[in-house]
Amino acid sequence: MERVYFDNSATTKVDPRVLEEMLPFFTEHYGNASSLHSFGQDAYDAMELARERVGAALGTAARDIIFTSGGTESDNLAIQGAAYALASKGRHIITSKVEHHAILHTCQFLETQGFKVSYLPVNEEGWVSPDSLKEAMTKETTLVSIMAANNEIGTIQPVKELAEVAKEGGAIFHTDAVQAMTKVPLDMSKLKIDLLSLSAHKVHGPKGVGALYVRKGVKLRPIIYGGGHERGLRSSTENIPGIVGLGKALEIGMSEMDESVAKMSAVRDRLIEGTLSSVPRSYLNGPRGANRLCNNAHFRFDYIEGEGMILHLDMRGFAASTGSACSTKSLEPSHVLRSLGLKHEQCHGSLRLSLSKFNTMNEAELFIEAIGPVVENLRKMSPLNEKVDYNVATVH
Amino acid sequence: MSPQYTKTVMEHFTNPHNVGEIPDADGIGEVGNPVCGDLMYIYIKVKDDILTDVKFKTFGCGAAIATSSMVTDLARGKTLDEGLKITRKDVADNLGGLPPQKMHCSNLAADGLHEAIHDYLRKQGREPPLPPGAKKEHEEDDHCVVDVDSPIHIEDTVPKP
Ligand code: FES
Repeated sequence: MERVYFDNSATTKVDPRVLEEMLPFFTEHYGNASSLHSFGQDAYDAMELARERVGAALGTAARDIIFTSGGTESDNLAIQGAAYALASKGRHIITSKVEHHAILHTCQFLETQGFKVSYLPVNEEGWVSPDSLKEAMTKETTLVSIMAANNEIGTIQPVKELAEVAKEGGAIFHTDAVQAMTKVPLDMSKLKIDLLSLSAHKVHGPKGVGALYVRKGVKLRPIIYGGGHERGLRSSTENIPGIVGLGKALEIGMSEMDESVAKMSAVRDRLIEGTLSSVPRSYLNGPRGANRLCNNAHFRFDYIEGEGMILHLDMRGFAASTGSACSTKSLEPSHVLRSLGLKHEQCHGSLRLSLSKFNTMNEAELFIEAIGPVVENLRKMSPLNEKVDYNVATVH
Repeated sequence: MSPQYTKTVMEHFTNPHNVGEIPDADGIGEVGNPVCGDLMYIYIKVKDDILTDVKFKTFGCGAAIATSSMVTDLARGKTLDEGLKITRKDVADNLGGLPPQKMHCSNLAADGLHEAIHDYLRKQGREPPLPPGAKKEHEEDDHCVVDVDSPIHIEDTVPKP
């Protein structure tokens, strides 16, 4: 059975060119970048080349890049780091209701530490309005964090406008660009973004490595203390193979961006059009067109529940997701879908397909053939239908 | 596939037994779970206090579908009393176990069956007995509140800087 991977927002396949570049740093150039001898120097040079590549991907200088263990750590360093560094100026943070848990849980933690957090609502397409940000800003606001693109429904936020509002109000602006990197142009020389999180494994690099862009002059308090690596902001011996992989992945990703975006958009549009037209009572979550990530198709099917779909699709060779892979331990419907104003059972019937440049039109066609029978099969089992109102009778 | 489900769960999920409605059912149990949002209908036919037919319709996760299928298998041909004695644990055990966060799905299936029998007894003007140990299980039930990543626990998991 041919297997089709449509879960690239969870993680991507490492590009063979990235892997090739990484390999010698496990066995040959295995030095510690802090060591003075030539083994150490080799590692250091490779790390600095990667830093330049990451800087180039963001249109900024290498010195503005801090390597971390991934998007979650970058988000934590940005949010906690800025909140504490600026705590004497004010203790108000603004974020949105559709952020990744790495942001939301960090903000919720800061609330227990005496910070105030405003969670901005979104419209039915998942969009945060710059006006609502303007309204929420107070003199106490030191930090605004709004993601560049949503990991579940693919909404691309107007970060340019949002950053401008934040800066006018005297706050620092952070964006979680984990899903947006190599899909949406993000040029730090043109945008008023102060902090930006990214991760390697979402862009065909390895897992366990990411970076935080820190605009010159922005002060952060570290969250990991130790030997003072990464300008004292992130102590710990650097993951050189990972960092090399991140640099290479972004270099490739940026140089091939136009082509991959065009390819993914075409497959995405076919998936959307094909699924909506072949499955009755199916809907698209999130926006259409240019405001949507080129690799995201997120559906809602009335009367059925997502997990069953995932299992049936898997048996037919398709890897998909019901939403954020990180929330599979939770039984609650996705906070992102709830924020769109969807009802409980609508959230549960959702399915996310996320593409990479390796997906093909043929795979989209195979999916369109497969999804109809899967949905129909589950609907046969479902007590819900046009006539039955969803009204959960509770057990106890 | 799913490392979290046993082979038996996957078998029942893939080819569930006794799916469907019984239009002239003698009793119907409708149960749902407000947190995960799942909904289960169990239909029964009864003759001489024997469960001659048991069917289900479920809007829910893989485990909810598998437990529905299992409970209908377990109940078919049993007496009402025996049906009432089928516990949540029986359902889970017969499936070779369920992941901890999915244990409540088996609660749903057993409760749905009990509800259907109660519904039948009430329609007959008979007093539905409490299933043995029902109260105790209810009290022990940690229904759905299993989200280990929940912000409720955040203080325990995030060290203070
Ligand atoms: S019945 Fe709630 S997750 Fe299965």
